[in-house]
Amino acid sequence: MANVKDDRRYAESHEWVKIDGDIATIGISDYAQHALGDIVYVDMPEVGDEMAAGDVFGAVESVKAASDLICPVSGEVIEVNEELEDAPEKVNADAFENWIIKVKMSDAGEYDALLDAAAYAQLCENE
Amino acid sequence: MKKYDKLIFELSRPGRKGYQLPADKFDTDGFSEIPADLLRKEAPVLPEVSELDVVRHYTNLSNKNFGVDTGFYPLGSCTMKYNPKINEEIAAMPEFTALHPLQDASTAQGALELYYNLQKALASLAGLEEFTLNPYAGAHGELTGLMVMRQYHKSRGDHKRTKIIVPDTAHGTNPASAMVSGLEVVEVKSKPNGSIDVEDLKPLLDDTVAGIMMTNPNTVGMFETEILEIADLVHKAGGLLYYDGANLNPLLGKVRPGDMGFDIMHINLHKTFSTPHGGGGPGSGPVGVAKHLTQFLPNPRVRKADDGSFYVDTDGESLGSVSTFFGNFGVMMKAYAYILSLGRDNIRNVGPMATLNANYIKESLKDLYKLPIEGACKHEFVFDGLADKSTGVTTLNVAKRLLDFGFHAPTIYFPLLFHESMMIEPTETESLETLDEFINVMRQVAKEAKEDPEIVKAAPVTTAISHPDETGAAKNPILSYKALKNSAK
Repeated sequence: MANVKDDRRYAESHEWVKIDGDIATIGISDYAQHALGDIVYVDMPEVGDEMAAGDVFGAVESVKAASDLICPVSGEVIEVNEELEDAPEKVNADAFENWIIKVKMSDAGEYDALLDAAAYAQLCENE
Repeated sequence: MKKYDKLIFELSRPGRKGYQLPADKFDTDGFSEIPADLLRKEAPVLPEVSELDVVRHYTNLSNKNFGVDTGFYPLGSCTMKYNPKINEEIAAMPEFTALHPLQDASTAQGALELYYNLQKALASLAGLEEFTLNPYAGAHGELTGLMVMRQYHKSRGDHKRTKIIVPDTAHGTNPASAMVSGLEVVEVKSKPNGSIDVEDLKPLLDDTVAGIMMTNPNTVGMFETEILEIADLVHKAGGLLYYDGANLNPLLGKVRPGDMGFDIMHINLHKTFSTPHGGGGPGSGPVGVAKHLTQFLPNPRVRKADDGSFYVDTDGESLGSVSTFFGNFGVMMKAYAYILSLGRDNIRNVGPMATLNANYIKESLKDLYKLPIEGACKHEFVFDGLADKSTGVTTLNVAKRLLDFGFHAPTIYFPLLFHESMMIEPTETESLETLDEFINVMRQVAKEAKEDPEIVKAAPVTTAISHPDETGAAKNPILSYKALKNSAK
């Protein structure tokens, strides 16, 4: 079974969010990278883009399929992980270490509404 | 020769020729009248080869192809039915191939009659009023159909309808065509069985909705049994229903989209009507509409005069033109030949036979492959990989192993509803023997997966290119000879 970390929260669309103050670091779960298979491209937004929770902020392309990335929280994109431009396979190697974007959150309450590790593990179990 | 991978330039030897030109009987070298700055400085690099070199080269390359003429091709959602050779004979008739689209209509009556009759035949099979045959392919048909939809709302002064509802299982071309036509895509969820969730649809329907795009049978090959209720809901909200004809084959001659309440549809002649498909086709995506929309179809139109003659017409309310002249005319000839050679009675057997073949494979394999949606399917169905997940053998592995047995792989990892989707569509043109052979091979692969999974994971080993590095190919594609030479350095 896929790995789940309890130092962060999860969206039903398989992104994880880890917070430090009002900065949210966002990536995709180990379950998601496993389901996608070998990732060949990560499409990321521009720094400065405004996101509302539920907006598509990019896409992950694997040899199997392309899958939209859904932003679990609202706010401004302050950083994108440029390493993934040349080495998208890093997400396969460690999906929790290799984040995709950082967002300055405008509503901290959105984080609390996400799934905790146990609830997310249950969700993956049921898929 | 099996792994043949030469370029014709690699066969080239200085001075080798496969032709002999007659002696030059003209005074001029042909270049003197061309301005000097337009003349090339160096001779072009052309391969110098014998006739035998050329024949062997292209025959060997063609042996790398796999097509319906080579073997069974169960590619779901693509309807890879056999393309009868009589279609090609008809389409090659010089009476048609020598025509020019700009010649006077009075001298091209046969071609116009064919266009008109095919349009009428499709309208009769679809339960709609009129078709345009001008769009070049399926997605172009979708775009044309959505432009008709927009033109309809515009003509009524209803400018706020900017949204189009598309099911989450739709073919990727649906949302893509909607985006290109300037509509905003709103997704409607499907139920676990792949059908549209009517309760999820209801709150989406308001006066900003231009219409809904649907495929019936849907993307998992199941008939949308609530279609009449959906049509009623969408029409009451002021929207139109668009039918994606990708899955028309099982309904052919039995059920008509127009009778289900659809206002606009496209047909893929290269699927349902047996014209070549893949490798460029080319395709053809006729668009049909109900009576209240005919004036919006693209120009030019072919109409029949009272005296029985045919003429080219344009309509002022039309959305305009979507193609040069009349689209892919050669494809229309093949589709027309197909319809006439089957005839009114036999065409009714297409859908039932396609449905029977799909259900036969499904029922013969569902003990070894995971069938997520039980019940009778239409022309295709989806397995969610092998039933036994403990072997680590994925759908991709199974698909590649099939190649070793001489079968084309089914559509894999689509629809996205399941993780290990394997979408199988045999079509009506395959014999019981071929279906049984495929079933036996699928059972054999499932057995290998259990007993010796490495065999399946290492496949294919018998193909022209074995076990390519897919990740590498996607990330660092080598697309030209130059790039290949550079990568070798």
